[in-house]
Amino acid sequence: MTLTTRALLGASALACLSSWAMAETITVATVNNGDMVRMQGLMDDFKAKHPDIDVQWVTLEENVLRQNVTTDIATGGGQYDVLTIGTYEVPIWGKQGWLVSLNDLPESYDVNDLLPAIRGGLTVDGNLYAAPFYGESSMVMYRKDLMEAAGLTMPEAPTWADIEKAAAAMTDKSKEQYGICLRGKAGWGENMAFLTAMSNSYGARWFDENWNPQFDQPEWKATLESYLNLMNNYGPPGASNNGFNENLTLFQQGKCGMWIDATVAASFVTGKDSTVADKVGFALAPDNGLGKRGNWLWAWSLAIPTSSQKQEAAKAFIDWATNKDYLALVASKEGWANVPPGTRTSLYENPEYAKVPFAKMTLDSINSADPTKPTVKPVPYVGVQFVAIPEFQGLGTTVGELFSAALAGQKSADDALAEAQAAVADEMKAAGYIK
Amino acid sequence: MARALSPRRRLLTTIAAWFVALLIFFPVLWMLITSFKTEASAVASPPELFSADWTFENYTEVWARSDYPRFFWNSVVISIGSTLLGLAIAIPAAWSMAFVPTKRTKDLLMWMLSTKMMPAVAVMIPLYLVFQRVGLFDTKIGLVLALMLMNLPIIVWMLYTYFREIPGEILEAARMDGASLWNEIVYVLTPMAVPGIASTLLLNVILAWNEAFWTITLTTTKAAPLSAFIASFSAPQGLFYAKLSAASTMAIAPILILGWFSQKQLVRGLTFGAVK
Repeated sequence: MTLTTRALLGASALACLSSWAMAETITVATVNNGDMVRMQGLMDDFKAKHPDIDVQWVTLEENVLRQNVTTDIATGGGQYDVLTIGTYEVPIWGKQGWLVSLNDLPESYDVNDLLPAIRGGLTVDGNLYAAPFYGESSMVMYRKDLMEAAGLTMPEAPTWADIEKAAAAMTDKSKEQYGICLRGKAGWGENMAFLTAMSNSYGARWFDENWNPQFDQPEWKATLESYLNLMNNYGPPGASNNGFNENLTLFQQGKCGMWIDATVAASFVTGKDSTVADKVGFALAPDNGLGKRGNWLWAWSLAIPTSSQKQEAAKAFIDWATNKDYLALVASKEGWANVPPGTRTSLYENPEYAKVPFAKMTLDSINSADPTKPTVKPVPYVGVQFVAIPEFQGLGTTVGELFSAALAGQKSADDALAEAQAAVADEMKAAGYIK
Repeated sequence: MARALSPRRRLLTTIAAWFVALLIFFPVLWMLITSFKTEASAVASPPELFSADWTFENYTEVWARSDYPRFFWNSVVISIGSTLLGLAIAIPAAWSMAFVPTKRTKDLLMWMLSTKMMPAVAVMIPLYLVFQRVGLFDTKIGLVLALMLMNLPIIVWMLYTYFREIPGEILEAARMDGASLWNEIVYVLTPMAVPGIASTLLLNVILAWNEAFWTITLTTTKAAPLSAFIASFSAPQGLFYAKLSAASTMAIAPILILGWFSQKQLVRGLTFGAVK
């Protein structure tokens, strides 16, 4: 072996050693959904662009993830470098100083390309605290064939009266065919996500400007009674146990005439597991003529906890996972229909993406939600289908249980509302919002 | 004297026993069946049994998406490690309580048991902080210690019950023959209590294997066992029951096989001292 060869080999070994020594491993905490799983399958691209960063994944059930991440952040543990969190957590955690500002992402990230409604929900005091990975609103998914058979046409922007009329026309319980499927399972992210969004279109609100609970107001009574009327007359049996996945199953099996739920469901109801894939139409979430629709706004987003010791590497990962190039990468590998939706204006300007049947309706639904002015009257909080205060998880679940019990026939709407008012008032007093 | 059963009564008892056994085993059986269905078939209503679309795809996908061997190995180390460490501490403790009791022994046993009555979440934050500060978070040794502490009251109680069945005179005779305390426990007591120790060991391996709260809370990537592996297949949006069933089957299969082969030992251990 010549001296030159030895020197070259030695230099190569040193280079390898130094790159190994410099490699950083970041831990990403995430939920198990299709878009996240797809991203894990595309890590070769990230590794090619960032050979000095290794990525470890912690995939957990949504509530377990929320609990573990909250514990880690609250105790300053630093176990996670990138968190997958929703629009509920970002304003609260951002205000508490738990998240790193992402205002300094590179220019190529093009932050102005983010959809304004989504960006607004992830920004606190001018700081973007999380980058949206995919965004969603809610909309009406309906059976075009059943509507046609009933001699009805679904308006692009229906009212609740249109929905009731269509539900009545499509219901045929003898064939296990139900006019409408809505969430009934108790939980702040289950039935209360739907009911809070629905209540906005009836002009209801969780709190007035002074944080007084509003469940004793006529708007909430109208909301709950309409919901119970729809579900009791035209909904499937046992609806108080139905959440997103249960309704998805019913719709895919052709048992629902309509389903009002997350826009992300559009790809499932038109996908390979659906028996009605070619019969599905989309419309905006209903309104009541008050200027607000019953649709929500949510974005699974990537954020960096301040306890992370590898913030630069974490930022590089977030930049890769949420920029325009990533959308193009997914499109090139899996097709445009599988691109994470609801985050960037440029995606909806892309003529290829415009061919996806639910693209326009998703964009219109997202754009019609305003987390800072969620309902008709003024409110002291941010959030369309939630109230961005730490107490809301508990409050939402308590009220959700009461409303779910009303749906199950265990109590009347009036009793459920009275109990909700008392429970929320007690909690808000204990938390010091009201005296 | 055992009472002879009439053939009719024997038949009825056998049918009742099979019915109860099937009832208890049904969720596991249904999980196994679901793991071989497509996602659409898994949630079909009414439930499909013979008309389902059968597939191995769930297993191949679960295998491809997760590092199963790593989760499996962590489960093995954590469950066996915590049980062996627990036995090493519990055997001398149970010996002293069974053979040299004081007037406080019963209180001590009850106090140990009372720690099991406290909800785990009550000590989550303190334990989480301790683990972080001393570097035990997301380590196998940390989980071995945590699960050993969680199960120690049960180990001590079980061993105490078994040791009470052993005549103290035998240990006394060993002492008179000049056996030291160590020799008495290792060479006299332990061999006589092997059935009890073995069933304690088996039961605690199963308890540690199935533990989900602490193993998910105190780990992220390196030490996460099969409980975390299962948790990663639950999805907030989209169908996941078939894949979750496949992951669950893969997670419980080893312990189910162990339980099947050691069932005689387990039953003997659990009913030890129940009938005199």
